[in-house]
Amino acid sequence: MNRLSILIVSMLVPLTTLADWEVNMPRGVSPTANAAYDLHMLIFYITVVIGIVVFGVMFYSIYHHRKSKGAKPASFHESTTVEVIWTVIPFVILVGMAIPATKTLIMMEDTRNSEITVKVTGYQWMWKYDYVEDDVSFFSKLADSSNEARQLRSKIDVNKVDNYLLNVDNEMVLPTNTKVRILLTASDVIHAWWVPEITGKKDAIPGYINELWVDIKEPGVYRGQCTELCGKDHGFMPIVVRAVPKEEYTKWVSLNQKNRVADKSK
Amino acid sequence: MSANIDHLKEEHHQPSGLMRWITTTNHKDIGSLYLWFSLLMFFVGGLMALVIRAELFQPGLQFVVPGFFNQMTTMHALIMIFGAVMPAFVGLANWQLPMMIGAPDMALPRLNNWSFWILPFAFTMLLSTLFFESGGPAAGWTLYPPLSLQGGNSMPFVIFSLHLLGASSILGAINVIATILNMRAPGMTLMKMPIFVWTWLITAFLLIASMPVLAGAITMLLTDRFYGTSFFTAAGGGDPVLFQHIFWFFGHPEVYILILPAFGIVSTIIPAFSRKKLFGYDSMVYATASIALLSFIVWAHHMFTVGMPLAGEIFFMFTTMLIAVPTGVKVFNWVATMWKGSMTFETPMLFALAFIILFTIGGFSGLMLAITPADFQYHDTYFVVAHFHYVLVPGAVFAIIAAVYYWLPKWTGKMYNETLGKIHFWMTTIFVNITFFPMHFVGLAGMPRRIPDYAVQFTDFNMIASVGAFGFGLSQLLFVYILFLTLRQPVTAADKSWEGAEGLEWTLPSPAPYHSFDTPPKVD
Repeated sequence: MNRLSILIVSMLVPLTTLADWEVNMPRGVSPTANAAYDLHMLIFYITVVIGIVVFGVMFYSIYHHRKSKGAKPASFHESTTVEVIWTVIPFVILVGMAIPATKTLIMMEDTRNSEITVKVTGYQWMWKYDYVEDDVSFFSKLADSSNEARQLRSKIDVNKVDNYLLNVDNEMVLPTNTKVRILLTASDVIHAWWVPEITGKKDAIPGYINELWVDIKEPGVYRGQCTELCGKDHGFMPIVVRAVPKEEYTKWVSLNQKNRVADKSK
Repeated sequence: MSANIDHLKEEHHQPSGLMRWITTTNHKDIGSLYLWFSLLMFFVGGLMALVIRAELFQPGLQFVVPGFFNQMTTMHALIMIFGAVMPAFVGLANWQLPMMIGAPDMALPRLNNWSFWILPFAFTMLLSTLFFESGGPAAGWTLYPPLSLQGGNSMPFVIFSLHLLGASSILGAINVIATILNMRAPGMTLMKMPIFVWTWLITAFLLIASMPVLAGAITMLLTDRFYGTSFFTAAGGGDPVLFQHIFWFFGHPEVYILILPAFGIVSTIIPAFSRKKLFGYDSMVYATASIALLSFIVWAHHMFTVGMPLAGEIFFMFTTMLIAVPTGVKVFNWVATMWKGSMTFETPMLFALAFIILFTIGGFSGLMLAITPADFQYHDTYFVVAHFHYVLVPGAVFAIIAAVYYWLPKWTGKMYNETLGKIHFWMTTIFVNITFFPMHFVGLAGMPRRIPDYAVQFTDFNMIASVGAFGFGLSQLLFVYILFLTLRQPVTAADKSWEGAEGLEWTLPSPAPYHSFDTPPKVD
């Protein structure tokens, strides 16, 4: 029994350390992020197959058609037939990729029938969230613990900081199983809003209002970062989204609306 | 024409010392100047890359403040693109084009001198901005407004140096076109030109078409900053996205300016060491031309996330995917050239083979990036950094190194040390992969590009990449040592240095005479 537990622990340890060696895109928790993941894997596998075929032929040739093995050079150097074949086949493969890609793209860009709208504004270097219907509004910037640790030669061990660089003072709260429209703009320079598990990124541009939609299926905390170079603290304006069930969200809204009203009356 | 050449023959009382290099109008001298300059810039840009990699070795800020980090990423890109890769290709064109087409020199020698001598001044000015109190440019090499309009005093200097670099490139391109179209040996029709000459002819047209567009974009930035215009500022009725459209209308052809001559080099070296003619010469020419034409209608794939209309996103996704067709044709033709050849693996061939494999990997990630919905995830992450370094370092840079090893005996009459060359190849290839392959992983896992510090889960792969980068940098010192050793040797190389080498340059003695072909050779 003891041996068994040691065995299990010894098998689990490398697994937990492996968790840091993330090599792939995370699976999403929303239809758009999942569709992006599926498309990513589809194209990846297609390129792997093409790679195996092309490099396979190449390495076969490198191994067998070498002078040191006594290979004599052949004299052929053109063939319209094969040129046509290897123009048409890739074209057909591309059409096969383009069809699901276009379908996904159309689905992603369809922001109609959303239930709530949140306006996100990029600032150097923080985000502002305005819940258009619910009259909630706040700024969200890098958490103080990260901000102290990230100073040049701060002597603080960043590994001990809670969610170093991916933690904020005020989280964005969204309801699960709700189609949320996010409007993006910026007040100074271009930023980009990205939370990989929820949605692909879109730029927040001064003078523009861009839109995207999310529909988070699982409650949880999801983290992301600004992804368009926006000046010296570009690396220090994270995004944290807390997805909660609808009832909890309604509670959160009423609480924060009240606070706002209370603030105004002061 | 012949009177002209007689005149040249008599005129061998050139100045010596430094004045020889400043006043030279000889294609070989200017080619050497370009290549040495490019090597110097490769190390300057490389040092900046090492500052970046040292800071990214572990999370937290250890060495530089974020503002300086951004200056390093910006300058690293500008220097590597405009200072290392482009001048290296122009240097190779200067050395090789006249010899390959059977001409005595370039068509416009004085212009040639001028195109080169603009460069040291432009880069001195560009690099001097790092010593300004407000620092160098820090908005990325893409100079996106409004951020670039916030920059310090460096901005007008950066724009002026880019104008100079653009002028230099355009003059160089005019010279290449004039040379190729007017000075080919009798009998060398367009479809009999060596493939390197073809790729450079097409590249030169790309330069002439795209460089003025960059000039327009950065001039508008300048007037926005200093003369009260609002081309790109929303508050004044302008459009920040307009800049990106103009920039990438230049930027995408620019990407192919950096790779088409590399295709030409690889298409020269693979047949030479396979001892077999290039497979599908005609289709190679057509594929190069198609890539060049397509490069003008794919620019917005660099900006899928700016919020284009759906129709625009679909259009640019389709055109971008289409590029895979002619690029694939090229790779297939190279493999077919090797097929049933009689291959040997000297250093130039090793670099050319690594080019095919690693460039194709960069092509695969390029195809993934073309898929708009997936690009929403990849965009501006380290996945993109991995992609373009795969096509530019083991792509363009490997081709340049291969070309130097391949033609060095022709240029100097001296053969490099093959063992050291192979060691250089293996070190470079191993380290380039250690550096750039992990970047795919951290990019997919969510690490944005252009950040000086990162969340702790990205630590492991960043450490590996940093170790690889320092190894790659050190390996290039070996390259300099090899060049140094080679130049110190006596002249021993054969006129035809490689058994399978084809082309007019190998009919000349090694080292090639100062004025290449005094009498044009006959080509049948």
